[in-house]
This record gives sequence, C-alpha cells and structure tokens, in this order.
Amino acid sequence: MAKKYDLNEVEVWDGNYAASQALRQAQVDVVAAYPITPSTPIVENYGNYVANGYIDGEFVMVESEHAAMSGCVGAAASGGRVATATSSQGFALMVEVLYQASGMRLPIVLTVVNRALASPLNVRGDHSDMYLGRDSGWIQLDSFNAQEAYDMVLCAFRIGENMNVRLPVMVHQDGFITSHTAQNVSPLSDDEAYAFVGEYQPYNDMLDFSKPVTYGAQTEEDWHYEHKARQHKALMDSRDVINSVFEEYKAKTGREYKRVESYLMDDAEVAIVALGTTVETCLLAAKQLREEEGIKAGVVAPRCFRPFPFDMIRDALMNVKALCVMDRSAPGGAMGALFNEVSAALYTTPNRPIITNYIYGLGGRDFSVKEAKRIFKEQLAHAEAGEITTDIQQFSGLRGPKLGFFKTKRS
Amino acid sequence: MAITSIKNLKEFSTNNDRFEGAHLLCPGCAHSMIVRELMNCTDDNLVIATNTGCLEVSTAVYPYTSWDTSWIHIGFENAATAAAGAEAMYKARKRKGTLKDPNAPVKFVAFGGDGSTYDIGFQWLSGAVERGHDFTYVCLDNENYANTGGQRSSATPIGSTTSTAQAGSHSYGKKEKKKDMVAIMAAHGAPYVAQLAPNKWKIMAKGFQKALETEGPCFINTVSACTTEWKFDPKDTIHITDLATDSLMFPIYEIIDGKELNILYRPKNIITVEEYLNAQGRYRHLFKPENRHVIEKIQKDVDEKWELLQRREEARV
Repeated sequence: MAKKYDLNEVEVWDGNYAASQALRQAQVDVVAAYPITPSTPIVENYGNYVANGYIDGEFVMVESEHAAMSGCVGAAASGGRVATATSSQGFALMVEVLYQASGMRLPIVLTVVNRALASPLNVRGDHSDMYLGRDSGWIQLDSFNAQEAYDMVLCAFRIGENMNVRLPVMVHQDGFITSHTAQNVSPLSDDEAYAFVGEYQPYNDMLDFSKPVTYGAQTEEDWHYEHKARQHKALMDSRDVINSVFEEYKAKTGREYKRVESYLMDDAEVAIVALGTTVETCLLAAKQLREEEGIKAGVVAPRCFRPFPFDMIRDALMNVKALCVMDRSAPGGAMGALFNEVSAALYTTPNRPIITNYIYGLGGRDFSVKEAKRIFKEQLAHAEAGEITTDIQQFSGLRGPKLGFFKTKRS
Repeated sequence: MAITSIKNLKEFSTNNDRFEGAHLLCPGCAHSMIVRELMNCTDDNLVIATNTGCLEVSTAVYPYTSWDTSWIHIGFENAATAAAGAEAMYKARKRKGTLKDPNAPVKFVAFGGDGSTYDIGFQWLSGAVERGHDFTYVCLDNENYANTGGQRSSATPIGSTTSTAQAGSHSYGKKEKKKDMVAIMAAHGAPYVAQLAPNKWKIMAKGFQKALETEGPCFINTVSACTTEWKFDPKDTIHITDLATDSLMFPIYEIIDGKELNILYRPKNIITVEEYLNAQGRYRHLFKPENRHVIEKIQKDVDEKWELLQRREEARV
C-alpha cells in the first residue's frame, strides 16, 4: 500500500511538481515515460515517489517517447489508469502513437510542458508542440499557471475515463514560465484527490480473458470513415462531460473553470485571445489599461483547445469591436491556427468584429505587459478607424525589419 | 490442452484453436503455422501484440478477427512495447488486486516480421528486452518486406533479388549479408533466445514452451518461407523449409542466458546451399555464370557459421 503525503493547505510548487503530485494522487497504474526538457522533472519527481514507496503502480522508463506512448497504449488497453509526460521533440516523436491512442479510445493522460520545435533547436516554451497535437483526436486542456496545471491533471482523468468519453487527454502548461516557476498551489489531500478522480473502470480490458478483444484492427474505405466520424463525435460530445467535471471540481475546491475563460469581457470593446501564461500577462495589461486610460479591454482564452469551443468563443467575442488573436507557434506559411479558428467562429456572427493576428514569443521570446498594452491600443485604433489599419498578420517582439502579411480589402 | 500430452501432428494442429483458420494470409504462408503452433503449445491466457505486417493485415480486418484471445496492434515498430505495457499493467493490477482472475496464468507475446524486428522496430525490441519485461518476442522471418510487395530488409540474404535490391544486368541482387539477429538478442543477455523452424514442429513447440515458461524477455527467430516473394509453389512450404534447415542456411539452435548454445537439429545429410537456392525464384539469377561466385560465398558463410555454432556449443561460451 502506497504511503501518503501530508500536504499543506498551500504548497509552493512549480508546474512540473504540481503535475507530478496530481499524477501520484490519481494512483496511476502504469507510467511509461522518457525524459525531455522542460518536462523532465515530472518524470524525475515521479521516480522519487516510486523510490520512496508512494506509488503502487508500475513505472516503466522506456528508450524513447515513441515507446513511452506505445507502452501507454499497451497498458491502457489492459484495463488500468495510465499517464505520461513529454515536451517538444519528444511530443513530435510520439505523434504517430497519439493518433493510435485516440483511435483506440484509450483514456491516457499526457502532461505536455510546451516547448518549441527544432530546427533551430530550442528548449524554451512556445506552443508548437501543442499545435502539432491539434488534429490527433485528443482532448487538449490548457493551464495558465501551476495551480491550474495541478487542477487540470485531476480533471483530465475524470474527463477521459468517463464512460461516455473514453478518449485520451493532454494537459498543457508553458515550458519554464509555468513548469519551472514556483507559485502558491492549493492541493487537495491525497484522499480527497483520489475520491474526486475515482476508481478506474476497465472497458474492453485485454486482461479480462472471458471476453477477448482485438485492438488496432484495420479498416479501409469500407469502415475507416465511419470510425473517424464517430471518434470526432465522441470528442464533440465530451464537451458536456468537461463542463460537468469542471462544475464538480468547483464544488469541491471553489476553483471555477470553463471551456472558454473570459476576463473583463462584460463591457469589453477590444480583446486579446491567447493561450497559456500569456493569458495572465494580457489580463494584467487589460486591468492597467482600464484603470489608467479607461480602455475597455478584455481577455478570452480557450481552456479547452480541443474540442475547440467554437460556439463559446463566438459568444464571448461577438460584441467586441476589434480583437487580436495571439499565436505562439510558427505559422508555417499560413495565418496562425488559433486566429483561423477564432475567425471562423466570428464569421458566423452578424457583427463580425475586426480581427487580426500576432505571432509572438517563439522559442521563449518574452512577451511583456507593455507589449500586450500596445496590442490592445492597436485594436482600439482599428475599432476607431472602422477597419484594419495594420497588416492582418504581424510579429510581436521580433528584431530586425517589421514583418507583416496581408492588408484588409478596402471598398 | 498443452503439447505435453499430444502424440501426433494431426492432433496438435487441431488442438485448442485460439487462432482461427479464417484469415487472409497467402496459401502456403508459414506465418499461420508458426502462430498456431505457439498458441497451441500453452493453456495459459495469452495477450498478443503484433507489429504491422503480413500477419497483422491478414488477421484483423474490421469487422472480423482471427484472434480468439486478447490481441493488440499499434504500429509497425512497437509490438514489443505494447506487450511490455500490457505486462506492466498486469503486474500493477496484480499488486493492487484489480484483476478479474488474479490466479490465472498469463503470457505476453509479441509477433513481428523481419521488417519490424530487424529494421524499423529494432529499437523498441531492444529497449523492451533490456528492461527485462516477462514476454516472448517471435520474429516471423521471411527475409523481406513481404506485406508491401517484397522489398529488401536487413534480414534479406546476400544475392536474393527484391524490388529494392534487384538483380539485373549490373547487379546480383542484395549486396549485404543478413543481420545476425539471434546473436544480437543473445548479446542483450536475454535468458532464452532461439532460431526455430516450422518443419521441425516438435523442436519448435518445445522452444516456444521454454520461452513462455522462462521468466524475462525471450526472443525467437522463426523461419517463415514466403511463397509469394521467395517464389515457390504454395504446396512446397515445408519442403523449402526442409531445404533451409538441411542446407544449414537456417540452423536450429538456442542460446541460454547469452552463453549456453545448444544445437537443436543436426541434419543427417547436409545438403548444399545450391540445392536450397535453386528451389526458389528469388535466387534464379545466381545460376548465371557471372553470379556463381555469390553462391560460393553463401556456401562459405554457411560453413563458417555452422563451424562457429558447433564450437560455441562445445566450449559452452
């Protein structure tokens, strides 16, 4: 029987430690993992729990991230709780198996500490890896600080393992800014946390030999399409479960989460849409602008990146005059992915607010409150002019000549 | 019922059929014989992982399955890791008391072709064996990427023609020798490693049983004659395999704990490799005068390998 931690009401944890404590409290049966910066401490912390009797499950240190997710798939098909952690190149190496995990409807929890993708090699945080996973059929939850990294991991088990969902879930946090910055975190006690997550319910269990199962069958044009459509429906249907798990978590902890977080949006005229730690930076900027200059600025952040909260994004933003969508991933010859998705949602509104795109913070380039304020003011200028006064896609904090693409079509 | 009580091949081949006869493998393919033999030689519950390849695409096409036991396929390279993950979960659940039938013995088995074993899945196999998972990995070695139409693998013997190492006016086929996977796996320190063949079915069944009963990671390379790519008549699968084992192109032996080597089959009459090569279309071009030197090289390599195996057996190293 695993030993328990006697946790304080408020602990000082970084995001990695918060995530690893949540994994421990969930009493995961198998963790198969491979270390990579900046998520390495999650695996190291877990190894420490194993070495000191806090874990009853198996800890399998494999030889690559591809094998980590492969081991997770084999374990998850064998009727128990499974989790792992990764970042960046490790995430990229896992991608093949991410699709296989979701296609087999296995509720694995993957904590992703976001980091840039090479080349050039870079260990700092951006959202390239998170974006790489966006079509993989996983639920993707985003956390903006260490407390949320802890909370989202506990919620992730409940969501993915729900019998109406049975899908794998990623929990994202920003590399270094969240993962390596110690903050106040209020954890649940071990008993409370496990009571919230609950006993694992096996489904199509390979170790139940009274009912043999075949995992990973082949389907060609006769059945593949139906399988993928049903998988998509399962993702879309998970929205209600996510809502109810968040509600239950609020009742237990007082901390409220929504699939789309809106801050200062009731009367906002200009807004920024962002992910990760940038949300808090922008919120600080919005508060200051409201106090200092009376600018009605607000922030909208998809807590749930997948399934994408199309309608909630639309409802949150349809009444602003101008907004900017921030993408922390090299767009690879297109508009930012989040920009495209938010734009599509807003196209279905009668007002169709002015919308522009910033690429920012690649490879860990700092994004400041000052810059967020400048971007809010730029939105105000668009709103006052009644049209986009800059390029539609711009680059924030980039050295050298100003870079931008596409002008608005003027009548 | 396990093989210990089985007297003859007919009884054995119809025993305890957890691998259904309905599948899409080529007529004359040795894969199904090998798989059925493994599954028939134990009464224990089986969790089977299979790499992408001929076996996988022929036995689990939705909505059908040939597997009357727990079976999983993830990708081309990771059956060893899938089995390892399942085995880890078994240990965790046994410890926590969440297994439905905690006392029923379970064996974990991974199947892969030579493509997924020697090449694309090599790392995954090596990692799983190094970590010491309690499972048996069986390579169905047909010496080419048969599922994708017959391309070279690192198990393809020198002189064989494949679509990506073709024999032609300027080429005698593959230039490189076959990778010695048995030696590589023995060097991992695996407690039981063997090379077996379905024509010697009793030896093969005993080897499988030994692997399944041995705690820790075991590796077995099996010769799986490929009617389609080796180019022989489907009725001749066992005959061709006889030629393979009797020419010593495929010596049958085991290595225990990486050092104790036992030869499990000594042909009464060793035949020339030429006889083996001549029975298959994939080596036909070697019989042109300009390519005869390759046959001589193959014979020399086979003789040297046989000498080495005998010496190792005698010296117990």
